[in-house]
Amino acid sequence: MSSEPLIHLSGITKTYGSGQAEFQALKGIDISIEAGDFVAIMGHSGSGKSTTMNILGCLDTPTSGSYRFMGAQVERMSRNQRALLRRHFLGFIFQGFNLLSRTTALENVELPLIYRGEPAASRHGAARAALKQVGLQEWEHHTPAELSGGQQQRVAIARAIVTRPAVLLADEPTGNLDTRTSEEIMELIATFNREHGITVLMVTHEPDMAAYAKRVISFVDGKVESDTRNGEEA
Amino acid sequence: MLWNTLLLAMRAIRRNVMRSFLTVLGIVIGVAAVITMVTLGNGATKSVSDQISSMGSNMLIVTPGQRFGPGSEAAPRFKSPDVEAIRNQINAVERVAPMVNKTATAVYQANNWSTVINGSSNDYFQAGNWELAGGRAFSEVEEGAGKAVCVIGETVRNKLFGRQNPVGSEIRIKQFSCEVVGLLKAKGQSAMGQDQDDVVVMPLRTVQRRLTGSQDINRLTISVKDGASIDAVKNQLTLLMRERRNIGENEEDDFRVMDTRQIAETLTSTTKILTMLLGAVAAVSLLVGGIGIMNIMLVSVTERTREIGIRLAIGALEREVLLQFLIEAVVLSSLGGLVGITLATGASIVLARLMGVPYIFDIGINLLSFIFSAAIGVIFGFFPARRAAGLNPIDALRHE
Repeated sequence: MSSEPLIHLSGITKTYGSGQAEFQALKGIDISIEAGDFVAIMGHSGSGKSTTMNILGCLDTPTSGSYRFMGAQVERMSRNQRALLRRHFLGFIFQGFNLLSRTTALENVELPLIYRGEPAASRHGAARAALKQVGLQEWEHHTPAELSGGQQQRVAIARAIVTRPAVLLADEPTGNLDTRTSEEIMELIATFNREHGITVLMVTHEPDMAAYAKRVISFVDGKVESDTRNGEEA
Repeated sequence: MLWNTLLLAMRAIRRNVMRSFLTVLGIVIGVAAVITMVTLGNGATKSVSDQISSMGSNMLIVTPGQRFGPGSEAAPRFKSPDVEAIRNQINAVERVAPMVNKTATAVYQANNWSTVINGSSNDYFQAGNWELAGGRAFSEVEEGAGKAVCVIGETVRNKLFGRQNPVGSEIRIKQFSCEVVGLLKAKGQSAMGQDQDDVVVMPLRTVQRRLTGSQDINRLTISVKDGASIDAVKNQLTLLMRERRNIGENEEDDFRVMDTRQIAETLTSTTKILTMLLGAVAAVSLLVGGIGIMNIMLVSVTERTREIGIRLAIGALEREVLLQFLIEAVVLSSLGGLVGITLATGASIVLARLMGVPYIFDIGINLLSFIFSAAIGVIFGFFPARRAAGLNPIDALRHE
């Protein structure tokens, strides 16, 4: 076990616009996350939780501060290096699913493997296995339009975990789903964390969903307000 | 990487059947229109110059008046002594065919047909490259005495006699009847689009006496002996005619001498202008096709931007995304170009046959329109993608 945490943010700020219209979304964030953790990031809209998530996912860059991922300094990386980091270590789930339209579930799940350069045979096998893990083995040839919201999110989960990423980043994964489906999706995400040791970072504003996490970080107005472990104290 | 990107590009094309189809269609229409138009224009030019060269390159045509059309009537016509003078005084002249013409209705039994009556001599047939399909030309006696005999063209035969052999029959023209002694071999359309076979030929004197009622000759067709200089003959001819027509030193010619080369140049330059015009019209359709492609690409840019965002988020490199879009654009454009060329080739061959012009494959215009349309496809398919791929992944994902 290395002394360095998996993820270490220190003094992260993010400013949008300039001059009069300048808006500081993050006002100095310091977070460390150990491998295998399941972290819920909570807060009202505009609290900076999504911005933090995007920076953690290397989809966006901080204005200042340091972001170390597995000891590597992300803020010094080039666009391509960050893309490779996403390709090899991160998996994403979005509130709006973000599947390729008119593309079958199987092809959607295959996509990250294609960018990894996996040969066709192992790619198909892995994609089928991932769809089976999310319970959609019967639906592999359906396109997103033919699937329910919950099923689409399952495809998205399969796409995120098919590469066995170190970190699964979920941005409001249940935001577009009903309560029952939300619970199923959360069970699924928790299973990947528990059984495959995938670190999960999840943004949500629903306490019910945050209850699945081991650790809850609350954001208010661009700063971390509280950082608690579930079960230790409420 | 290339192989995988190719796979992704093919999937994207297959997935967006309608968009791909419309893109290809835009290119197909543009390419096919330009190639067909220009190919047909080239064919028409070729057929005109072929017909002119079939007239022979050693001919001169002399007409009264300095120009064609209105106003030329003012100049005095030629007379038979002019024909004799040219024959006797210019050595390099082989034949001189005088010509006078008049429109009249020819009648045979219940059929009648309005046609052109040409009065000339047997030289007419040689100078005009005519061959006889049946019967004979005029005899010297018939020419000298202005007998009522005629040689008819294929169209006239067809209208009056149907499939029957006309030789030996009598047709009636105005108040006199006229024996058909010969039938001309069909020639088809002239370079000007006239039906050359719609003609009745009679001895010059017959037409002058019975139809025009004057000694006038409208035109002289002169063939020059092989090896003689056309320009020299032209100069001699001009001097002779000026002298015979009493034209003073400072006055302009009141007649015009043209050689077939000149006619050829005039006509081919006309058809070339027409070809360019057709090409320009077709180029507009290429442009419209290009704008169509541009619209399709711009309409789909939101969807494509989000798609690019998804690809970037799951770890695609910017250059992989760009390469995929480039391959898509190149594949669709090339496909459209190839289909367009195939379609144009088929259409050109069919239309050229219908129009009676030769089909000439022009590699230049095929390449040019292919490259132009491919460029449109690539530019409008690729550049919106380039902008999107340069965004932060999160901005591309959130694109509305």
